[in-house]
Amino acid sequence: MVKKILSVALCVAVLVFIYSPILLLVVYSFTDANVIGKWEGFSFKLYADLFQNREIMRILLNTVVLALVAAVLSTVIGTAGAIGIFYSKKKVAAPLKGISQIPIINAEIVTAISLALLFSFISLYRTYFSLIVGHMVLCTPFVVLSVMPKLKQMDPNVYEAALDLGASPSTALFKVVIPQIFSGIVSGFMLSITLSLDDYIVTAFTKPRTFDTISTYVYNAVKNGTNSSTPALRALSALIFIVMIAAVLAVNLRAGKKKEGAK
Amino acid sequence: MAENKNDAMNSPSKAEKIIEIVGASKIFDDTVAVDNIDLYVRKGEFITFLGPSGCGKTTTLRMIAGFDIPTSGKILLGGKDITNLPPNKRPINTVFQRYALFPHYNIYDNVAFGLKLKKIPVTYVNAKGETYTKMQKLTRREIDEKVKNALAVVDLEGFEKRSVSTLSGGQQQRVAIARAIVNEPEILLLDEPLGALDLKMRKEMQIELKAMHKKLGITFIYVTHDQEEALTMSDTIVVMKDGQIQQIGTPTAIYNEPANAFVANFIGDSNLFNGTMVGKMSVRFCNRNFKCLDDFALHEKVDVVVRPEDIRMTDADKGMLKGEVISVVFKGVHYEITVKAGKTEVVVQSTESRNVGDVIGLDILPDGIHIMKKEFTVNRYDGYITKRNTVAFGDGEFECDVTQLYPGSLLDEEGYLVTADGEKLDLTDTDVTVEVGFTDIEISDDADAGGARGHIVSIIYKGDHYQVIVRTEENEEDFVLDTEDLWNENDFVSVKIPPEKIRLSLKQEAKQK
Amino acid sequence: MTKLRFSRKQLCIPYALFLILFVVFPMLMILFYAFTGEGADGGLTFTFANFADFFTSRAKLSTLLMSITIAIISTAICLIIAYPLAYILARSNLKRKNVLLMIFIMPMWINFVLRITALRELLDLVGLLGTENYLNTIIGMVYDFLPFMLLPLYTTLEKLDKSYLEAAADLGGNKFTVFTRVTFPLSMPGVISGITMVFMPSMTNYVVSDTLSNFNITILGKLIDEYFTTYDNWHMGSMISIILLVIIFLTLLATGGFKEDKSNARGANLW
Repeated sequence: MVKKILSVALCVAVLVFIYSPILLLVVYSFTDANVIGKWEGFSFKLYADLFQNREIMRILLNTVVLALVAAVLSTVIGTAGAIGIFYSKKKVAAPLKGISQIPIINAEIVTAISLALLFSFISLYRTYFSLIVGHMVLCTPFVVLSVMPKLKQMDPNVYEAALDLGASPSTALFKVVIPQIFSGIVSGFMLSITLSLDDYIVTAFTKPRTFDTISTYVYNAVKNGTNSSTPALRALSALIFIVMIAAVLAVNLRAGKKKEGAK
Repeated sequence: MAENKNDAMNSPSKAEKIIEIVGASKIFDDTVAVDNIDLYVRKGEFITFLGPSGCGKTTTLRMIAGFDIPTSGKILLGGKDITNLPPNKRPINTVFQRYALFPHYNIYDNVAFGLKLKKIPVTYVNAKGETYTKMQKLTRREIDEKVKNALAVVDLEGFEKRSVSTLSGGQQQRVAIARAIVNEPEILLLDEPLGALDLKMRKEMQIELKAMHKKLGITFIYVTHDQEEALTMSDTIVVMKDGQIQQIGTPTAIYNEPANAFVANFIGDSNLFNGTMVGKMSVRFCNRNFKCLDDFALHEKVDVVVRPEDIRMTDADKGMLKGEVISVVFKGVHYEITVKAGKTEVVVQSTESRNVGDVIGLDILPDGIHIMKKEFTVNRYDGYITKRNTVAFGDGEFECDVTQLYPGSLLDEEGYLVTADGEKLDLTDTDVTVEVGFTDIEISDDADAGGARGHIVSIIYKGDHYQVIVRTEENEEDFVLDTEDLWNENDFVSVKIPPEKIRLSLKQEAKQK
Repeated sequence: MTKLRFSRKQLCIPYALFLILFVVFPMLMILFYAFTGEGADGGLTFTFANFADFFTSRAKLSTLLMSITIAIISTAICLIIAYPLAYILARSNLKRKNVLLMIFIMPMWINFVLRITALRELLDLVGLLGTENYLNTIIGMVYDFLPFMLLPLYTTLEKLDKSYLEAAADLGGNKFTVFTRVTFPLSMPGVISGITMVFMPSMTNYVVSDTLSNFNITILGKLIDEYFTTYDNWHMGSMISIILLVIIFLTLLATGGFKEDKSNARGANLW
């Protein structure tokens, strides 16, 4: 009994720790106060301000478009890479797998400056190209990591069976291999989106000077203002929290239901 | 051995060759999977590649399918070289061991997969009355029709909409067959297709496959490690071992006239004896002379095969051999009776039983004795002498008597060899040929006890002893030895050879000191 | 016909080129920059000066030491919180314990700059901001990286074959010995993978320390950033990166993290 109470207490304490900052922001996004802690009555004013703030809206768009572009490119290269590695001999596969680990293990700041060095060397420093490549370096290894287990689970003969039935290698790949590893490709893509949306450090070192994502904008707002965030940003944060939590819950609850249905 | 195939074939004996494999080898990294085989397959026959796992049968099949390209050699289809033709361009379809059905398609889409990709020439007449042909896909209705027929052949009518995961193993197997035959291939390849089914289902499918072969009239190339399955279904059997063909022939020929001890042991139950030819059509084994139908040179050491069902039990003093029954096992249709005759154990199959401890006689008629050339009678290696005057061969190093290389020679304190003429020789790195008899090798569980180490890759019972082959890991050197102890396959053992039993001979003169 | 057949293996060529160009080559450039400096004529010369400079500069060494201390403390706190939590979650009899886990790691999907800013607001409200810079930084690291620790621990504990525990109990182990002799040793892979995933970012993620210490604490990652953006000395920045890489390498070596599969890294298997 004591054990149970302790268990519940720990869970609750951690949840409070995790969610209190988020909750605080969400609550104070519904009042028109400059600082948190002073309740000025319920109001949607911050949200109205937010949607009228063209700068923030542009940054939001930047962030999402960047994440989509980086995720699509990473997913294509990463999926092809995983398939290639899977069917390659060990001599080729082992070094590629090893190098794939580098951006995963490495400190983000080291990845970031290595890219800064490379792109200034080839005179593409702080361009859209360096920015997208930077995000792809973060994401692509994770796509490989997501797709690889699905390839391992696949019956090795199905690709050959497709060839045997007259499919060309590319038809076999698209009609038989891709559908079977599709769930891995999707999770690689989703992970890429998350990683790209989450990133600050690589973005800071590769982005064009006039370009901002939510991360760089908020960090700079904290850096420059005595006030930690403009009130409209509070509404943006609250909105993002709510949307992300809803999205994650929806995806996972549905996946959970599907699994149970399969049983 | 491979060239003189299916002379005694009974079914479509005059048919043309549809597949020819000419000197084909397949090497994966460092392992030789298929070692220079020659073989042909006649149109319409049911041919089976039979052998233990790792014998190269599946690789051979995969080369015919086009999944593996031979490292050397050629594969001909109807006389045309298809060695490098990709699998999707070959009129050959495969039924895979674990079916390889597409899990994301239903049964209909699985079976229709090949048809949807197929293009056939269709002839049209244009307005001017000229005819022209166009490559065209099959129509929806044609595909429906063909899928329906194929599913009917395998008794799965009405299963079109089912998903793969809802089918039993046997049903999945049928879908795999339907998916292959719907494309009307010239050749159907079957890679251990019944391996995953239970015994009863397997027996049923054997009969069905055989019936399907008759009905479709196409060539079946079948791979299995199950000798009974091969004997039941095939027109021709190709027995393989270590990437090489051991024997090709009809089931009857292979059973009755095995080409060597491996085939005899692999196909059916058999008693294998060491024999010696003692006269014209007369062979001695189990301390007795027997009349036989095969003739070999006088005094030649031979392997003798006697099938257990060819031995008849008689009263104790009336038989050619006499022995005591040491075990009786009921096998359903017959009893398997083991008799100890002298030092040798003889297995007899009979519908009559005996009691353990009975002393009985055994008769073997001449037509029950099959004599085979002995594959080898001594181990022979290339080796060299080391600094320490030991000999290195077979992935190991052994103490030996190097003075036997030069009659009358001695070793001095420094390890130099002094010949009878007083010449001083340094034997280090001298290339020698090493011979060791089968009975001169001992094996031991203790990996450090001997001069070389390896795994037991084969154990063949020879009546009064086991013939064991130990294969080293590094260069796959074989040590063949006779022992009375029972070992297990895959045991890791070390090989001991008494120094005086190692026979050395020079390949060239040693350098003079 | 030759052997020029389309091969699935060739699909790894773009990825291989990508890795060589954008991962291997840039890393080599760091190495190059770390051991070069601008010579008298303005050209690049090979030098150990950056290396010597780092290990003779008190300020840099104390930054290194302080970063390692912050990382060790943060990692330890994460482990102390996450292990019992993972154990409770993994052993709970709830039908949908995956959903429960989900609730704990969901913040991973929310932009970490926003989360840290929210935490800053909370710390401000309770009066810690601007007064307790080190404490705030450690709280921030734990706040940000707790899921990285929780996830691998949960996965290993969840996969742990219950028959081992039953066998240990059957052989006379009490609950405590079963845990110390069986459960904990078997969960070591999760512990190691959690440590490697928390330790390194706690040493380098300067967004957390900047935001929560009002830019008063400089951790190793920040130092690298400063040499690139503020002091414009890319050679020194590269040298510090090399030192950081050596530390990462040593951590992995010490914990056996090289053998770990990275399938748990940053929740890679959760979507």
